[in-house]
Amino acid sequence: MFDDVTRKRRRVLPGFGLTLGVTLLYLSLLVLLPLAGLVLKAASLSWAEFRAAAATPRALAAYRLSFGASFVAALVNAVFGLVVAWVLVRYRFPGRRLVEALVDLPFALPTAVAGITLTTLLARNGWLGKPLHALGVDVAFTPLGIVVALTFIGLPFVVRTVQPVLEEMEPDMEEASACLGASRWRTLTAVVLPQLGPALLTGFTLAFARATGEYGSIVFISGNMPMRTEIAPLLIATKLEEYDYAGAAAVATVMLGVSFVLLLAIGRLQRWSGATHRAA
Amino acid sequence: MGIVISRPGRAERAVSAAPGIRVERLTKRFGAFTAVDDVSFDIPAGELVAMLGPSGGGKSTILRIIAGLEQADGGSVWLDGLGVDHLPPRERRVGFVFQHYALFRHMTVEENIGYALRVRRVGCAERRERVAELVALMGLHGLERRYPSQLSGGQRQRVALARSLAARPRLLLLDEPFAAVDARVREELRHWLRRLHDEVHVTSIFVTHDQEEAFALADRVLLIHDGRLEQDGSPLEILDDPATEFVARFIGDVNVLDGVVRAGEATVGALRVPVARVTAVPPGERVPVRLVIRSYDLKFWRAEDGGVATVRRVITLGDRVRVEAMVDQAGPLFAQFPRRSSLLHGVAPGVRIGIEVTAARAYPLAPGARPAVPVQHREPRRTFA
Repeated sequence: MFDDVTRKRRRVLPGFGLTLGVTLLYLSLLVLLPLAGLVLKAASLSWAEFRAAAATPRALAAYRLSFGASFVAALVNAVFGLVVAWVLVRYRFPGRRLVEALVDLPFALPTAVAGITLTTLLARNGWLGKPLHALGVDVAFTPLGIVVALTFIGLPFVVRTVQPVLEEMEPDMEEASACLGASRWRTLTAVVLPQLGPALLTGFTLAFARATGEYGSIVFISGNMPMRTEIAPLLIATKLEEYDYAGAAAVATVMLGVSFVLLLAIGRLQRWSGATHRAA
Repeated sequence: MGIVISRPGRAERAVSAAPGIRVERLTKRFGAFTAVDDVSFDIPAGELVAMLGPSGGGKSTILRIIAGLEQADGGSVWLDGLGVDHLPPRERRVGFVFQHYALFRHMTVEENIGYALRVRRVGCAERRERVAELVALMGLHGLERRYPSQLSGGQRQRVALARSLAARPRLLLLDEPFAAVDARVREELRHWLRRLHDEVHVTSIFVTHDQEEAFALADRVLLIHDGRLEQDGSPLEILDDPATEFVARFIGDVNVLDGVVRAGEATVGALRVPVARVTAVPPGERVPVRLVIRSYDLKFWRAEDGGVATVRRVITLGDRVRVEAMVDQAGPLFAQFPRRSSLLHGVAPGVRIGIEVTAARAYPLAPGARPAVPVQHREPRRTFA
């Protein structure tokens, strides 16, 4: 009687137990264990010590810069990544494959190389930096430079998440919208973008998450001035160099907490938008 | 706020006040391929017209040009007397039902149907009223809040129709509207489209490659082949008086035989057809022609002596019987009779028969034309030792 209710659904490929076991072990070893160690280290501090290490004006400025610049960079990528994906999917032009390969380059390039290249380019005497300086805009060694580097790092995420969705979207729907009297703008905002929403959000999240953790390229372009252009990962590295392991762990724990909360929030937003758009 | 539907567009040319649609010398090329080749037709307001022809013949392209989704290389389109060639799709007021519906996946049935009205900034109350009206008309009760993914094929089709009718278009275009649903639902939707058209009376053109569908539904049929308009007429006209050899072949079970017309008689091998029974005989003495004879325009009888053909096979196909015979000095010929027809008495394989052709059409044979090949049936090649 009861096994009708409790009997597991048969699948062609069994192995739920095995794969879940592997998943948990894998995640524990790779993610959970190091993070637990980190939190444990931070826990060796008293609350007052923790606050003294993680909530100094310098640390607060670093958090703000890290998350703020990452957010702006991810936003920029969401807009331009969408455009790049659109062009790659919808049009055939000479050099398309080259562009396709260029998109992935930030994944492959060592971030330090990216940082040094961008710094050289954007410094006051650089190819781009010089004319920009003449216009009164300094990029290298300012928060703006950090945003530029983070944008570079995060570019592939939005393109690669939006692209497959766009490829599946047939132009039928846009044509239907036009026949029904919609302007181009209306078609874009009412028909195209809502369908891309979930993918766009995923790309944004990935780019954002990647940017908050970025270190290699930023140390070169930011100038690393405390309170002004010092990002949180660099602050952690500085503390480590000063043998302040607990303090580094405290700052890292704050980063971790904020990131985790943000990712959860975005995940929830994602599920909600996915539910309204796809609905079964 | 009222329904802002007719937007007096930029410099619409007024040509005639006649409502309906006029297509003049439409031409469209894709590279070296001519998809639409000098097509012209007129459709008076309120008609339901089928555009019939084999796949890839340019039917959909014509439809897309009328809707403004494709730019013609030549020719023009008038809707209710207005030249619309320069108008973008959204200003043409043409409803378009796509083959795969193209419903907005992220909108409910209600939102899909109301889209055209929302886009035109129709007031909320008025919009809701019109949507309810269409939901009732389409029999979509209870599905208003569903998403397209939660509907069956037939329901999606009806939502697509409702959506395209919401803003009261002056013309409704349907691109293979029943191709994506299964046979039973297709039958249902057909009846239903005809009824809908009789109620709403919007000028409509639908594309199909299924002649039964075209004949069952349409007031008029445009036969399109290789980008050209082969014939424009009522279903009966097309059936009884096919304008070209292509139409005759396309429409049904036909025999195609090459022969000559001479002295009041068409001759195909041993088979003789009085010219009075042959339509479209070109004038002149001894003209080579291609005869198209429908399988049901033939009479067979057992010939005790002589006859003009030998029966090869007799095949029972449900309520009909198909008889295949070999005409002396010509080629194979087949006829279909009702199962219990008296014409079948004594007709069996190997029997000699006489043949009477009750109706046929002749088309002048262009010099150098390839010899006629029976379309419906080809004898398996037999090798004799």
